Amino acid sequence: MSKIDLSVTIGSLKLRNPVLLASGTVGYGNEMSEFIDLNKIGGIVTKSLSLKPRKGNSPQRIVETPAGMLNAIGLANVGVEVFLKEKIPFLKNYDVPLICNIAASSIEEYVECTKILTCEDTIKAFEINVSCPNVKEGGLQFGNDIHAVGKITEKVKACTNKPVIIKLSPNVSYISEFAKVVKEEGGDAVSAINTLVGTSFNIFTKRPKLHNVTGGLSGPAIKPVALAKVLEIKRLVDIPIIGIGGIMNWKDVVEFMIAGSSAIQIGTANFINPNAAEEIIKDLENYCTSYSIEKISELTGSYKI
Amino acid sequence: MFIVKSPVEQTIELENNILVIKVYSPEISSEIKPGQFLNVRVSETYSPLLRRPFSVCDVEGDFIFLMFNVLGEGTKILAQKRKGETIDLLGPLGHGFNLDDDYQTAVIVAGGLGAAPFPYFVKKIPNDKRIISFVGGKTNNEVITYGLKNILISTDDGSLGFKGTVIDLLNDNLEILNKGKIKIFSCGPNAMLKAIKEFSIKNNYECEVSIESAMACGFGICQGCPVESTSNKEKYSLVCKDGPVFNVRDIVL
Repeated sequence: MSKIDLSVTIGSLKLRNPVLLASGTVGYGNEMSEFIDLNKIGGIVTKSLSLKPRKGNSPQRIVETPAGMLNAIGLANVGVEVFLKEKIPFLKNYDVPLICNIAASSIEEYVECTKILTCEDTIKAFEINVSCPNVKEGGLQFGNDIHAVGKITEKVKACTNKPVIIKLSPNVSYISEFAKVVKEEGGDAVSAINTLVGTSFNIFTKRPKLHNVTGGLSGPAIKPVALAKVLEIKRLVDIPIIGIGGIMNWKDVVEFMIAGSSAIQIGTANFINPNAAEEIIKDLENYCTSYSIEKISELTGSYKI
Repeated sequence: MFIVKSPVEQTIELENNILVIKVYSPEISSEIKPGQFLNVRVSETYSPLLRRPFSVCDVEGDFIFLMFNVLGEGTKILAQKRKGETIDLLGPLGHGFNLDDDYQTAVIVAGGLGAAPFPYFVKKIPNDKRIISFVGGKTNNEVITYGLKNILISTDDGSLGFKGTVIDLLNDNLEILNKGKIKIFSCGPNAMLKAIKEFSIKNNYECEVSIESAMACGFGICQGCPVESTSNKEKYSLVCKDGPVFNVRDIVL
């Protein structure tokens, strides 16, 4: 068993295995630590942080859909200052790569957040959320604007020497064009995909179920879309991809890696089974043993088309 | 907190399509407190995908009881569980009722399925305290009295007990309520809880309410179940972590 090498690299970021916990599904680690051994996970991506605390959207924020869920949390978060003061000390107790997800409503705010956070040693990389569908300013406004995505990548890269990962929106015609701009502006990797815009109505009141009207669709329902987006990027752009979208078990991970992902993130599954990541890592090791795969990184982009 | 696959022992059918499922779960039965809840995964498939929150209805030795009616896909699957089949429980979650306060009479106010958390509550209430239960429903089909004590009933249409809302019934019994110090414990539809809040403040009664919300995880990471707090306008409280039981004065209903 111990011969299997589960480690992967995302640019200069070395991970002990390809299984990360996705932003917004792991909080700042403390709740999840009651269920799983964070030291076994490939990495944690924090809840999106903004310069100032954000209250988030009014309820209702969650709707269950067939094999998925819509969320419109609205980037509720403690802000960078409280994060550094109150959340980082807990995370320092663990030997798990911490990736800070940053959300902002202006390019200046992205830069400001990165400058403040980059001084903290515990943070190993940044994931820049240019694609949240649930806030009025920033979010999708940037995610749909290829020049803005390029500019944000360039400006954030200029103020940190840590790897910068851009989390891309699937709500665009050609995601690979965005990945290409990220690469050109010096971005180290892309995360694909963020949630898909969706909505749901109460047929009796004719009102949308979400207070925000629309939300982001996640869960197994979006897996085929996410896989196609990962594949599109892999075929057209030479940049490491972190695959995200409805991963529930080890088979989904393997599928995402075959399609081109170097690593993956577990999102919605954490809500249903907070042990999912740990179980998946164990299962991946068994899979590699059974199929004589010495290095799991061999799977990345191993599709035969 | 545990995640356990627990075998179903029995499903008890009450009146009015209300079911109580009895599940063997020593891990949870030994820890859970009245008003706390479990997030229940009824199926291993993706349909339905999410867990469903249920407040604990009762505890007997190593068994726990959950009360529900068949409303959607999840409760339909739950209703069909046979003895020995398992359900996946995550819990105990949240904060329950504070039973040990300084009061002489616990006044239960339950609307419809809001009666669910009270059988266990009645069991755990300290011996030196009295209990009165006010149970309301739109019609007699909505009145659930399972496991309650000293029961007064109201229905909006008068088909059972007092004709009027449960608040009308409380107002009709102020004399009983004002004998010694009382504390209200309430669970039910939001409109009823709003009225209970008004009633408690007006009469200067202590009051705790158990509230419901859509949620995904049940333990604070999804941020899906916010409730407006009266003390901090900048930040929502979470039903799953800060509740589901709140001092009625602490939240905006």
